[in-house]
Amino acid sequence: MSADLLERLRARLVDEGREAAFAHGLLAVQIPREALLDTAKLLKEGFGFDLFLDVTAVDWPDRDPRFDVVYHFYSTRDHVRVRLKTAVTGTDPVVDTLVPLFGAAAYMERECHEMLGIGFRGNDDLRPILLYEGFEGHPLRKDYPKEREQPLVRYRE
Amino acid sequence: MNAGDQKDGAFEYLTTRKDELVGWARKFSLFPYPFVTACCAMEFMSVSSTMYDTDRFGAALPRFSPRQSDLLMVVGTITHKQAPVLRRVYEQMCEPKWVMAFGVCATSGGFYQNYAALQGIDKIIPVDVYIPGCPPRPESVIDGIMQLQEKIAGSSHPIVSDRF
Repeated sequence: MSADLLERLRARLVDEGREAAFAHGLLAVQIPREALLDTAKLLKEGFGFDLFLDVTAVDWPDRDPRFDVVYHFYSTRDHVRVRLKTAVTGTDPVVDTLVPLFGAAAYMERECHEMLGIGFRGNDDLRPILLYEGFEGHPLRKDYPKEREQPLVRYRE
Repeated sequence: MNAGDQKDGAFEYLTTRKDELVGWARKFSLFPYPFVTACCAMEFMSVSSTMYDTDRFGAALPRFSPRQSDLLMVVGTITHKQAPVLRRVYEQMCEPKWVMAFGVCATSGGFYQNYAALQGIDKIIPVDVYIPGCPPRPESVIDGIMQLQEKIAGSSHPIVSDRF
């Protein structure tokens, strides 16, 4: 039944100019960033994907566009997962927020914002959540030097 | 009148050096403050409970206020975000005080070298004894406690210091 559902979902999404393929038992969908809100809304309201699992990003330093923003959704009714991927450029790494659809997205978008510098249009609370105020740069980007420290306490001589 | 109260002149006084006496007293009454942040905590529980029993060394009664303790045991990874907290806990402890770096993360950062991990607590506070291991065996912790006791016994214990 769940394979059936994913097949229906795949057929529905591919129609609208998006790419969808099966990978490791879940449906991976590549979408343009303008289609993000509509696709998430369709997943939630049309196909019962009610649990927002994660948002993160992948940094491809030599690729243009540089970032992939990756979302995972889960259906607690059908026990299946869907992955959404959308590419954004390094100069304008901004996507729409999903907070109006999934409240849990607020915290995960904060983490994604501090770690990788992805902006979420419409999420007005993007304070650091794991890092501290005053931290410069985004530590999970590939161009952040691994030796770079930003201590809060002055070191002893 | 009890027999023990009668003074017959035997064993009424003893002679010793003040530093030896105070050092002997202090080395067997370590009150640890466990600053436990990571997986080394499992080994800390193991070493402080029945099987290995740090109470044999007078170092088992944890005080959860830095003001009542004199051994700061830093057990686990310290991040840059936590460093001000550790520094403040250390500053709140009364003299005399000692610091133990428990495990490689507290000693040197261990295998973490990134934006988050402090590369050893000795960058921010002075450390008396380092215990390597990831995590250290209880035997190495006991060895560390005994080395610290030797250090306490062998050092000078001024009644009034220039910092007092």
